[in-house]
Amino acid sequence: MSAAVTAKLVRMANQVATAFDGQRGDAAGETAAHLKAFWSRPMREAILSHLAAGGEGLNPTVRAAVAALGRSDGSGA
Amino acid sequence: MAYLRIPDFGTPPSRAEERVTLFIDGQSVTVPAGTSILRAAQTLGTAIPKLCATDSLEAFGSCRLCLVEVEGRQGTPAACTTPVAAGMAVATQTPQLAKLRRAVMELYISDHPLDCLTCAANGDCELQDMAGAVGLREVRYGPEGEDHLDLPCDQSNPYFDFDPSKCIVCSRCVRACDEVQGTLALTVENRGFASKVTPSQGELFLASECVSCGACVQACPTAALTEKSVVEIGQPEHKVVTTCAYCGVGCSFEAQMRGDELVRMVPWKDGKANHGHSCVKGRFAWGYATHRERILKPMIRGSIDEPWREVSWEAAIAHTAAEFKRIVAEHGKGALGAISSSRCTNEETFLVQKLVRAAFGNNNVDTCARVCHSPTGYGLKTTLGTSAGTQDFDSVEHADVVMVIGANPTDGHPVFASRLKQRLRAGAKLIVVDPRRIDLVRTPHVEAAHHLQLKPGANVAVLTALAHVIVTEELVDEAFVRERCELDAFHDWAAFVAEPARSPEATQAITGVPAAELRAAARLYATGGAAAIYYGLGVTEHSQGSTSVMAIANLALATGNFGRPGVGVNPLRGQNNVQGACDMGSFPHELSGYRHVSDAAARQLFEAAWGVTLDGDPGLRIPNMLDEAVEGAFKAIYIQGEDILQSDPDTRHVAAGLAAMECVVVHDLFLNETANYAHVFLPGSTFLEKNGTFTNAERRIQRVRKVMAPRNGYEDWQITQLLANALGYPMAYADPSQIMDEIAALTPSFAGVSYDKLEAMGSVQWPCDAEHPDGSPVMHEAAFARGRGKFVLTEYVATDEKVGPRFPLLLTTGRILSQYNVGAQTRRTANVVWHEEDVLEIHPHDAEDRGVRDGDLVKLASRAGETTLRARLSDRVAPGVVYTTFHHPLTQANVVTTDYSDWATNCPEYKVTAVQVSPSNGLSDWQARYGAHAARRRQITSAGPAE
Repeated sequence: MSAAVTAKLVRMANQVATAFDGQRGDAAGETAAHLKAFWSRPMREAILSHLAAGGEGLNPTVRAAVAALGRSDGSGA
Repeated sequence: MAYLRIPDFGTPPSRAEERVTLFIDGQSVTVPAGTSILRAAQTLGTAIPKLCATDSLEAFGSCRLCLVEVEGRQGTPAACTTPVAAGMAVATQTPQLAKLRRAVMELYISDHPLDCLTCAANGDCELQDMAGAVGLREVRYGPEGEDHLDLPCDQSNPYFDFDPSKCIVCSRCVRACDEVQGTLALTVENRGFASKVTPSQGELFLASECVSCGACVQACPTAALTEKSVVEIGQPEHKVVTTCAYCGVGCSFEAQMRGDELVRMVPWKDGKANHGHSCVKGRFAWGYATHRERILKPMIRGSIDEPWREVSWEAAIAHTAAEFKRIVAEHGKGALGAISSSRCTNEETFLVQKLVRAAFGNNNVDTCARVCHSPTGYGLKTTLGTSAGTQDFDSVEHADVVMVIGANPTDGHPVFASRLKQRLRAGAKLIVVDPRRIDLVRTPHVEAAHHLQLKPGANVAVLTALAHVIVTEELVDEAFVRERCELDAFHDWAAFVAEPARSPEATQAITGVPAAELRAAARLYATGGAAAIYYGLGVTEHSQGSTSVMAIANLALATGNFGRPGVGVNPLRGQNNVQGACDMGSFPHELSGYRHVSDAAARQLFEAAWGVTLDGDPGLRIPNMLDEAVEGAFKAIYIQGEDILQSDPDTRHVAAGLAAMECVVVHDLFLNETANYAHVFLPGSTFLEKNGTFTNAERRIQRVRKVMAPRNGYEDWQITQLLANALGYPMAYADPSQIMDEIAALTPSFAGVSYDKLEAMGSVQWPCDAEHPDGSPVMHEAAFARGRGKFVLTEYVATDEKVGPRFPLLLTTGRILSQYNVGAQTRRTANVVWHEEDVLEIHPHDAEDRGVRDGDLVKLASRAGETTLRARLSDRVAPGVVYTTFHHPLTQANVVTTDYSDWATNCPEYKVTAVQVSPSNGLSDWQARYGAHAARRRQITSAGPAE
């Protein structure tokens, strides 16, 4: 993935997490479920790779969510 | 069906429950109390002569033709204005009445041109009919007196003429404009013999306030108001009932035909969405179907730098299939995808997603609802359990309070707006939440009780502040919440919205809405009786679009405004089949009926029916397809009926994505902007040339009927089927009714839908199943689709799109009455007389600061790009806000919009773009480059030898 697309995915993931943070529940779990439900596999793989590479720009909720996503997707992070 | 005039009962029906029995010409008839004698007689089949009366308008009593005699009463009262009474004995034909009626007709005819044989209305003229009905045999008043026969004909309107010499001043047109349309553009000027129907203050129709809805033309009993198409072609001889292909209201029309030529579209009186009304688009703007720019032959080219080459259908389909197969072989099946259109039928969109899932082998299918109402899908499914408006349009007649949020119904959904205005004039209260002063805020005989003129992007803060008032002032419908909603979620939500930080006062700096005004609006919504919310893209097209939809649902849940007429949450869908396209599984994560692709049980149903294994992972959304294309992973796309280059945000990114693909297939009526990047063009059929169904914003499934053969050779569903077969996935539908049968078999909410049912009922609203065999006008009556309603916390998060020194203004976009979406259809009609180009509305203060005068060419620049267009000074927008439309490709308004989007759905944030406006003396570089590029890429070589 190019830096531009990665940056876009980071922004989108942070947006999702911010929305669930605002709902004051299990934000990381909800974020992971959202990414699983609405993001295509290539997008999920890209954000997993980005986290594996340090996850620059990802907020803490997304970091936890993507880690959980990696476990459920079976691709690790 | 043969051309038959629908019976006219003369006056509207009475809704009284009390029944009254009377006798008309000795026959007994029982009708609701309050019914006119005229209507009661017609129910017996007794046609009393009439001219000023028609059953779409209140009785007027001016023509004096419908006089009757009533036993025991003196005189000859007008049957239209006289209500029935128990035991009344009415005589409709007596020597005295015959004499009176002939005398009245004599006077009318004495001042009417006797050119019936050459008149366009010959055979469809009530004046002519009445002359026969009353037995007129002579006119004793000669030509030597004064008359109106030399009055000039007003031909200014592009669609109809007004010939006052043929006007009998019955006021049907004036009343239609008042009562049906609600524009009040017409009047009768002067008195007595000088009386004359006139638009506005003696202006020509085109220059007046007239919105060309056609209600006056339809109401006219003579040839005074006549469609130009009737003048040019002649009277129709048969008609077919079909559904309009413009906005989400879904008006039913009679396509009135002469052979296979369309003479006129007349709104169908029995249409349940429109009840015989129309707007300028559906009524008149159908000429694009035969526009010279329409493409009728398939075309291919090796690269987008080559001219198009016309080929046979066989060659085009074979070429497309070969290219798709090559790309799959080289790049994998994930390199393919498709986009379907809300302008296409349910059957067509269902087939496109089936093509992708079964033949492409992935879920890379998306639809244009991505860029409009996808947040509605997410928000309403989360809170209520399904993605649909809760009411039928008739529900508005029962509303006491109407809140319109981010919608402009008089422009975007005009026929519903007329219904709404009727209700508002009858006393319902209106709250408008919009950054712009839309017409509904103040229009003749309608004025909003509150206009919350918020800053663009502040929807969630405003909606949550409304909730704050409702909760803290104890206006919650506790019984409803206790009975119908998840209580834990409610308590969390109530505590959240009650926090002082969410009060109108605390958020005023963010929202721009005076706290007292917001509080008053909240009180009115919560306590004013049955309260309905209607919303549009001003809610969804934001970075928090889905949150706003949930905030709206929260308001209606908290106040108990669900499950009965007059209330609810109603998304006004932009295009005719947005609801249907979403229902049909056009999103990459959902099968038809909103079942997630990861739902193994749902997948198994489809797998068994389609004989393939389906992917359980969501596919790519439109913006993600474009991103992947730029990355080199997404190589081919089939686009049916959409023009993403013009309609989607950040045009330059869309162009880059399309340019990076190896095979772009555009299936459309015209060489649209997207086609400039296409390698295959498959000509489409218009709604007049195919069979199918549309589902409107009230979930109403209605038939689209073919009135003429497709000029391109195939209906659109047939073209998708050809492509599927060429790809090796067999499809063998002989008729779209078979596709609907498959939809019904696989989609629980459509389980009871069939063409036979639609023929029998006219239309049906889903859910239509064993539990609701006749459909569901109102949803969530006893319980929500998800069981209990769910409150969701709606924290306001400011958009990342910030104003600053470089871009200090906020741009918001919308649409206008005469144009539709990207304008592909309406720009190819005479509607351009009302909107030749997109303009930029700017507040006079902002214009003054920049040295911009009304009509100046200005540069509109954002961080995404820049364009030029003309400025229109207007205080409809607040200082700091500018507004434009996206109907014209020359403007390319979406060059300016950004790729920011809704957090949940990626719906673009069209409504908030930080911009700067400055004087300009010419086209932007992009416009100049694009204009040359477009001209080059639309070139077509002459047809070569047969393939």
